[in-house]
Amino acid sequence: MGASGSAVEIAHLRKTYGALTAVDDISFTVAEGEIFGILGPNGAGKTTTVECAVGLRTPDSGTIRLLGLDPQSDREQIHEIVGVQLQASAQPAKLRVREILDMYSSFYRQPADIGELTEALGLTSKLGDYYKSLSGGQRQRLSVALALIGRPKIAVLDEMTTGLDPQARHDVWDLIKGVRAHGTTLLLVTHFMEEAEHLCDRVALLDRGRVVAVDSPDGLAGRAAGSRRLRFTPSAPFDDALLTALPDVEQVEHEGPHLVVTGRGDLLNDVVLTLAQVNVRAQDLSFVSSTLEDAFLRLTGHHLDEHGKETRS
Amino acid sequence: MSAQRPAVPGVPPRAFRSMLRNEIRLAFRNPRGLIVGLGLPLVLMVVFGSRAKFQAPEAQFGGLSLFDVYLPIIYVFAISAISLINLPNPLATYREHGILRRLSTTPLPTSWVLLAQLTINVALAVLALVLLVLISHFGFGFPAPQDALAFVVTSVLSLAALCALGFVVAAIAPTGSGAYVIGAGVFVVLMFFAGLWLPRVWMPALLLNISNYTPLGATVQSFTSALGGAFPPLWALLTLAVWAVAGTLVALRIFRWD
Repeated sequence: MGASGSAVEIAHLRKTYGALTAVDDISFTVAEGEIFGILGPNGAGKTTTVECAVGLRTPDSGTIRLLGLDPQSDREQIHEIVGVQLQASAQPAKLRVREILDMYSSFYRQPADIGELTEALGLTSKLGDYYKSLSGGQRQRLSVALALIGRPKIAVLDEMTTGLDPQARHDVWDLIKGVRAHGTTLLLVTHFMEEAEHLCDRVALLDRGRVVAVDSPDGLAGRAAGSRRLRFTPSAPFDDALLTALPDVEQVEHEGPHLVVTGRGDLLNDVVLTLAQVNVRAQDLSFVSSTLEDAFLRLTGHHLDEHGKETRS
Repeated sequence: MSAQRPAVPGVPPRAFRSMLRNEIRLAFRNPRGLIVGLGLPLVLMVVFGSRAKFQAPEAQFGGLSLFDVYLPIIYVFAISAISLINLPNPLATYREHGILRRLSTTPLPTSWVLLAQLTINVALAVLALVLLVLISHFGFGFPAPQDALAFVVTSVLSLAALCALGFVVAAIAPTGSGAYVIGAGVFVVLMFFAGLWLPRVWMPALLLNISNYTPLGATVQSFTSALGGAFPPLWALLTLAVWAVAGTLVALRIFRWD
């Protein structure tokens, strides 16, 4: 298995729901032991991609191999080596946390230690509680525990830290790093920039069913390094065209009373001097350094946290 | 249908026991099934059994007593409430909340989820029948079924037909509460043909004919024969077998995991 050393191989994946193309043409490879992030706005095809990968959905075309196995035809083996955390999946309301963990643990031949897992996820004091009495964050942590309980070779986690407070989020990140240290490959779906930057070895940026870029978080941020962003409040209204006409300016956006200008070169001087000519001052001026967010904006022309909405570019 | 577990390499056998244990816990923690399937029939039995005049033979029932007429109806009340109302609810709830979907990503064969529900509900139905027979006999002096084999054959075929219909309800119900509504609706219609409101001896010929081909009409006929010491008519047993096979095929065809 995994002769090439890759845990996940996805090639030219395509999946449509009626007229909607959820995944257009997605290809990427995840190495064994890697933490690989799938990042993108809502509707980019992240969940559909991982649901195809774990065999929950049948792709229209393309190939998927997990450690050399086909999720459709090698179902039984896939289920033994892949741990899954799905969005919007619950547990029976009147089962206790320990009873749920015991049951899922019984499905696997060499399950993880429930005590260690619940300790790492801060669930130990909740073992005797009914599922229905858990908070959203506790349910989320339980579903992460259930994904890892079979000591999977590959764990696929869809929005694992959504709904968690910052402390719990860092606890889960630590757990994930520990799991990887034991050789597990992790495929994470996220729309949290910080999570991708903190945790992932490499990230695939998805947009509208396509892979926009695959690189390390630093590498992706570096692609936007040439670009700069200015944020300020103009002292008086003026025509955007004044700035968009400048050769260095790539984009002008309004955020309430603020203006965000993206561009290259000597952006700061160009903008300030141009505005001075029409007697407009750039107040509360700030310079934003390039991040994964900038990389995404630069590569796709819209923001990561937007819900598939278009922006001017 | 049997509650036998298929052998699947790689999945520890304790997986089935572990899931069954949780499902039994849930059956006690959500005791609606126990109340409707066990409690209500027992109350009905006590009401009918404790009145002496209900046990007197009556010409309008062809020499049978009211208790004679209603005892088989109480039996089918119990087993059909369990199969049609109690069985589908957890499955539809699990689908509604993505639990079936989550389970389908584990090594657990998805059919085991159905088998666990079948096991629990068949056990519950058998318990209900045993209790009802014992109480009617020792509590109210009603003779035990004269043809025990016919009673067992009827119970098995009837449960097979009813559980198959229960799985069809689980397959078409979009939500857990939807399963209750649909299951209860089917239950009420079938109980009408069983003679709950109009005993079969009073039914006009056409209605009786329809009743004969419904699962509960055929079951009441078979139980009545078995209690009186006669083997049930072949048409009644065949009717149940056909419902069992057809229901199972339909349920297998339309059941969805998400």
